[in-house]
Amino acid sequence: MEYTINDFKKGQPRWCPGCGDHFFLAALQKTMAEIGVAPEDTAVISGIGCSSRLPHYMATYGMNTIHGRAAAIATGCKVTNPKLSVWQISGDGDGLAIGGNHFIHANRRNIDLKMILLNNRIYGLTKGQYSPTSPRGFVSKSSPYGTVEDPFRPAELCFGARGHFFARAVATDAPGTAEILKAAHAHKGAAVCEILQNCVIFNNGTHDSVYKPDVRKKNAIYLKHGEKMVFGENNEFGLVQDGFSIKVVKIGENGYTLDDVLVHDAHCEDNTLQLKLALMEGPDFPIALGVIRDVEAPTYDEAVNAQIEELKTQKKYHNFSELLETNDIWEVK
Amino acid sequence: MSNNLQIKNLDNVVVRFSGDSGDGMQLAGNIFSTVSATVGNSISTFPDYPADIRAPQGSLTGVSGFQVHIGATKVYTPGDKCDVLVAMNAAALKTQYKYAKSNATIIIDTDSFKEADLQKAQFQTSDYIAEMNIDPDRVIACPLTTMVKDCLKDSGMDVKSILKCRNMFALGLVCWLFDRDLEIAFNFLKEKFAKKAGVAEANIKVIQAGYDYGHNTHSSAMNVYRIETAEKTPGRYMDITGNKATAYGLIAAAEKAGLRLYLGSYPITPATDVLHELSKHKSLGVTTVQCEDEIAGCASAIGASFAGALAATSTSGPGICLKSEAMNLAVILELPLVVLDVQRGGPATGLPTKSEQTDLLQALYGRNGESPMPVIAALSPTDCFDAAYEASKIALEHMTPVVLLTDAYLGNGSAAFKLPNLADYPAINPPYVPEELLGKWTPYMRNEDMVRYWAVPGRKGFTHILGGLEKDDKTGAISTNPENHDLMCRKRAEKIERIQVPDVQVEGDKDDAELLIVGFGSTYGHLHAAMDEMRAAGKKVALAQFKYINPLPKNTSEVLKKYKTVVVAEQNLGQFAGYLRMKVDGFVPKQFNEVKGQPFNVSELVEAFNKIY
Repeated sequence: MEYTINDFKKGQPRWCPGCGDHFFLAALQKTMAEIGVAPEDTAVISGIGCSSRLPHYMATYGMNTIHGRAAAIATGCKVTNPKLSVWQISGDGDGLAIGGNHFIHANRRNIDLKMILLNNRIYGLTKGQYSPTSPRGFVSKSSPYGTVEDPFRPAELCFGARGHFFARAVATDAPGTAEILKAAHAHKGAAVCEILQNCVIFNNGTHDSVYKPDVRKKNAIYLKHGEKMVFGENNEFGLVQDGFSIKVVKIGENGYTLDDVLVHDAHCEDNTLQLKLALMEGPDFPIALGVIRDVEAPTYDEAVNAQIEELKTQKKYHNFSELLETNDIWEVK
Repeated sequence: MSNNLQIKNLDNVVVRFSGDSGDGMQLAGNIFSTVSATVGNSISTFPDYPADIRAPQGSLTGVSGFQVHIGATKVYTPGDKCDVLVAMNAAALKTQYKYAKSNATIIIDTDSFKEADLQKAQFQTSDYIAEMNIDPDRVIACPLTTMVKDCLKDSGMDVKSILKCRNMFALGLVCWLFDRDLEIAFNFLKEKFAKKAGVAEANIKVIQAGYDYGHNTHSSAMNVYRIETAEKTPGRYMDITGNKATAYGLIAAAEKAGLRLYLGSYPITPATDVLHELSKHKSLGVTTVQCEDEIAGCASAIGASFAGALAATSTSGPGICLKSEAMNLAVILELPLVVLDVQRGGPATGLPTKSEQTDLLQALYGRNGESPMPVIAALSPTDCFDAAYEASKIALEHMTPVVLLTDAYLGNGSAAFKLPNLADYPAINPPYVPEELLGKWTPYMRNEDMVRYWAVPGRKGFTHILGGLEKDDKTGAISTNPENHDLMCRKRAEKIERIQVPDVQVEGDKDDAELLIVGFGSTYGHLHAAMDEMRAAGKKVALAQFKYINPLPKNTSEVLKKYKTVVVAEQNLGQFAGYLRMKVDGFVPKQFNEVKGQPFNVSELVEAFNKIY
């Protein structure tokens, strides 16, 4: 069946005008229509926070749950009904602070959840405290003299937890967002999509270096599996190997040619280089967008259900009364 | 049994097996109770084990006990004190003798009472029998280890494996003492070690040796006892612990409801056996997820419930603290969920292996907001089956989380379980949204029992969102409207109040009791035994044991006000008494409270109740 964006739309979003959530929501609805899974076979499960309001605007099954627990709740949902397409929506506080434990374990288990991390590096709903992705020194209402702690880098956490899929897009970049959402859907297993989004009220400009198309060309690199890693207004820059690391070169200068530029391999099981790409930041490096890692691995939900099916054929008891008979039984006459 | 031997008949007997945690006392006790149950005796067992996995060998802290009460007629408890104490080492005698009656028979392994053993057990002298004030005539002192080694010297087994069979020698001796049919024990071992024939054979040989030793060496000095079976309910039986019965109850309810059973859990003493048990039964489609924490255990179960499973989460007190927020989510989502709390001693980590009833108010009220939740407290190890079934039925039919309270005593204790026939159990009919509501349905639309309909993902035309934010009664959209919130709080409360539960039964002298004993949950056996003892002494006493805590049975007020004196006895500092006072106007009971981490002691109860009487 063919779906349109209207099949996935519901209600009137109540986010602040200009909030990155609006852009992402539109991209998600449109992409879901294109993916073509029926709304009734889709569950969108969020925690608490501005972005966690999102399921209210989806004409799918949904739950807007409690702070930090979306990944755990989505896990039970997916294991119980593996046919459902389950999307978890969290912000940086919901997903990485209070829900950090569930985030890493969902990745470790590799349960087939599409884990959307809307990263605005701030607590918006509680009106402006620093988050676990706010940079060191960040000034906020709860850190008036600047934070004295380092942030999580979501990719690092995902990779550290043995994550098999990590992608990144900018909320305002509809095609870029659609691309990673489709890839996440196609990937079987936990698929983390970090969405860089602006909070116009409490952290305006946090992703300015890549938020608009003109600067994005300069400051970001779109990674595509099997393609050369080039970027810049005219693709004049490339990433090349530099000893044990990587560096940016201008193609045609200092003896570097297009042949020297690395080809992206999202399917490489070894995540070393993918992690390097995911952690790149300005001003020396472009920010990596697109699918950075996409490696197939056994998924938890399939394995759980496969084990059940296998044991159904192996074990001799298949209902409660047969189960009783497996015990030591005596008869009193 | 030789004919010249004197055999005395007994009504009931309590045997306590004790030794190091690794001595296999639980197995010996289990086999003895199974052998007794097989001949039709009533049984009740209680394992009493330390929190340490393997405390230093022979140390006082490492002693593990297993008490078995067998009776000709129904036994309600594992017994206060034992008639026979098996002490496999000096530390066991030192710590466990306090659980023995003054005329109890004591079986000891003299090989484990050497100087070093006595030192570890902190005996002051080498005459430990005199030091403990034990009548030497009551002691069966045998070089048990030596005899086991002798018995298996040709078996080809290594010393370590041979020593593992010591428990079977003690078992053989106890079987002799109670004139038990060894064949039943042999069959038990053959089944248990079906894949290790050598182990079964060695154990069988040692049991026989223990039996023969008793027969040949002690027949002149000791009486052999026989517990006849006076009351029999014909049927097929198995031995079951409360935790296993709980797991079985959940499996049965899921099958009856035609739903997949999902358990989200995190290991915690003394609830973990429920996770273990359910994890075995994947061939029944049971899904268990050992989660990253207690919170995820409950949260994932809510996800499973949303997706259409019979969802449960199992834990003990500290885990309930962690699950509380998610339990509250299930309250406002109005999704079915069974929350099992196998209570242990608290607060905080408290006494992890010991038993209390101290989570009652937490189960009832330990959450933010107006958070009504049904609470059911199982009465006995076997009742855990029915209680789990009923908790599941209420959860599914009333779209609510339900707390099922058991405790370490019920969870680990066991009794003979008459195999249930699932066909005899009531149907479970979740309120699935009727197809004719298509287009008109909203998520918080309720049926005649005030219950919200269930629309499971995958069903076309019923997509909806649930959430932790207050919802509009009619549309299901987020609402902060004051009138609506007040209405929703009342509707959620009324939904729970309307749940039909059976009346509380009054047992004993229900028409003319001078004293009504009131308890809830797992103390049923002890309170019943106390009542029996008082009535046998000519007192007029009745017992009302509550299983349904929220909502309370309709006849609660009537029962509590009918008797002149009422005592509420519970293993906490007065939580149930306080709850009843809140619920029943003008009810001022006497109280008996104890928080020792151990089951009640019947004689102490009787003494206390006699003072109140």
